Amino acid sequence: MNILKFFTAGSVDDGKSTLIGRLLYDTDSILADQLEALQSSNRKNDDGTIDLAILTDGLRAEREQGITIDVAYKYFQTDKRKFIIADTPGHIQYTRNMVTGASTANLAIILIDARNGVVEQTIRHSYLVSLLGIKHIVVCINKMDMVDYSQEVYNSIIEKYKVLAQQLKLVDVNYIPVSALKGDNIVQNSERMDWYEGESLLHFLEKVDTDSLEKSTLARMPVQWVIRPQTEALHDYRGYAGRVLSGTFNLNDKVTVLPSGASSVVEKIEFFDQTPDAAHAGQSVIIHLKDDVDISRGDTIVNASALPQESKLIEADLCWMDGRALDTSITYLIQHNSKLTKCKISEILHKVDINTLEKHSAEEFKLNDIGRVIVKTADALAFDLYDDNRANGSAILVDSRTNLTVGALMFRAAVE
Amino acid sequence: MSTYNFDYLDELEAEAIHILREVAGQFEKPALLFSGGKDSITLVRLAEKAFRPGKFPFPLVHIDTGHNFQETIDYRDQMIERIGERLIVGSVQESIDQGKVVEQKGKNASRNALQTVTLLDTIAKYEFDACIGGARRDEEKARAKERIFSVRDEFGQWDPKRQRPELWNIYNGKIHKGENVRVFPISNWTELDVWNYIRRENIELPSIYFSHEREVITRNGQLMAASPFLNMDDEDIVFRKQVRFRTVGDMSCTAAVESEAILIDDIITEISASKISERGARMDDKVSEAAMEDRKKGGYF
Repeated sequence: MNILKFFTAGSVDDGKSTLIGRLLYDTDSILADQLEALQSSNRKNDDGTIDLAILTDGLRAEREQGITIDVAYKYFQTDKRKFIIADTPGHIQYTRNMVTGASTANLAIILIDARNGVVEQTIRHSYLVSLLGIKHIVVCINKMDMVDYSQEVYNSIIEKYKVLAQQLKLVDVNYIPVSALKGDNIVQNSERMDWYEGESLLHFLEKVDTDSLEKSTLARMPVQWVIRPQTEALHDYRGYAGRVLSGTFNLNDKVTVLPSGASSVVEKIEFFDQTPDAAHAGQSVIIHLKDDVDISRGDTIVNASALPQESKLIEADLCWMDGRALDTSITYLIQHNSKLTKCKISEILHKVDINTLEKHSAEEFKLNDIGRVIVKTADALAFDLYDDNRANGSAILVDSRTNLTVGALMFRAAVE
Repeated sequence: MSTYNFDYLDELEAEAIHILREVAGQFEKPALLFSGGKDSITLVRLAEKAFRPGKFPFPLVHIDTGHNFQETIDYRDQMIERIGERLIVGSVQESIDQGKVVEQKGKNASRNALQTVTLLDTIAKYEFDACIGGARRDEEKARAKERIFSVRDEFGQWDPKRQRPELWNIYNGKIHKGENVRVFPISNWTELDVWNYIRRENIELPSIYFSHEREVITRNGQLMAASPFLNMDDEDIVFRKQVRFRTVGDMSCTAAVESEAILIDDIITEISASKISERGARMDDKVSEAAMEDRKKGGYF
């Protein structure tokens, strides 16, 4: 059994919270006391059934305003998989939360209201999914009950979406007609849409094959912490602790340490009381090298046969996440895995209107703005392009005046 | 290429180890908040996996309400002995003696709320800049929205609207002097995940997690351990019952559940079939629907 992390994009009006509520409810993931709290709540659907949307909104501030203000994480499992849902709001002012929720997801569910079809918001959500490099997409055409479960309506929406998918170069796009409110095609295949021959949403989520980073040829491990017990028995012990981002390190592999460029060989891999022959993507291990090289936190161990790019000047997509606009005259901190260095945004190349996907030149960069910039870093970063290796192609910007995370960066090219 | 089996527990474990090592790398004076409960016991095992054969780069901190189950204290002391790490105890009794907090009165009096003051004082005294805790997002709806690195101000307050976006696996631990970060490495674990992990790792737990016979009373529809810490009167009828506890907290606010579960396997079966969530057995969460949200804003764990 493995984990599927997915996120849902859609607004309150698309029935997003109801969809998640339905998945939890129909997989028996709601416990009795929570259900009791639900039933005693005075929010009900028109027909008197429980408003499942209540399951996903958490804070009192949100309940009072009837909105979702932040990313909420929800968990459920079936006997096939464990699921982690990042429930992100779809209002335009919360682009930053969508980007946050999408950054850790392997799959995105895009909700479309069958009555409205592909609208501006669908474009916005789909653009963000493509920007964040999510490979698997499920487009749920929701509220089919409101359009008499019509196959014609469903088909015409799909045709429109396919044009958008092509424009955004989305690869694995799947379509499912559903009614979250009535439970059609969420867990069980609906009898009310016998024209639909595909799987229910849950069955699809249970078997979708998520990308295995292990298959990547780019072996990367940023060093988080150097373990040196300095006891008598372990006097010369020096282990580099980190999580393998991608690829595989095998014993005796030739590796390079960046930024120094020093070469060595993997002598030993440790995981607590085990000494495996290989360390794979996703695993947190300790690596020992044959040679005595100077390595500290922020350095990256990579396989010598597939070196990352190294540059102090990087072209990147930026999503701005702070109320205070980007200031190209000041120095920010950039955090790239365990590496922290100073940087400036030296140039804004363009900004994207996420409703029309048009690019235009811009002087300023404000909350929820997205566009292409050039980042100039104090120390060179050893990175991969975001599309090749998400984990080593992304970074955050920190404003050292407030210490807030103000920007998300996706590396697109090293500037020559 | 060799194949490898990386299941969901391995993935959760690797994520938690990564987070613990980020704490070590990013902070000057971190601490691990240890309650004696299964979640913080799991954290200790994860810290062993993150840092052995080295020492932990942080001490363990126990906020002792003075109303603990003796079994928890015994477990704590034996564990510290075994792992050979430093333990700091913050005492709620001391906070009461110093007049910093006032003991609650009445039948439902508990020291649970008082802990927050002792916790904040302990953080200030030792100048901890990061406190690792065992909270999980599946426990409660306010927790579901909290970040893994959760910044608190000088007063320990959590502001849900001012949370930093947390992207990819990058954690921003930058803070101003006086602020601190609560770090939750097992945020993405569910109660069942924790139990499955404890079984897999063969981790020993305090005995109160398993079925035992105990003197109890019924209070607000729940079974409470009869103890000098519970304000009891003639209306409270003490009787013996086969029970266990699903969480380990203050004796005055942790309810027992009737149970025959004597092995971890029994507990896992019981939880899988159970229809009451874990925090449902915590009376302090029942006060209002937004109880946890309010407590977190006030500096609670």
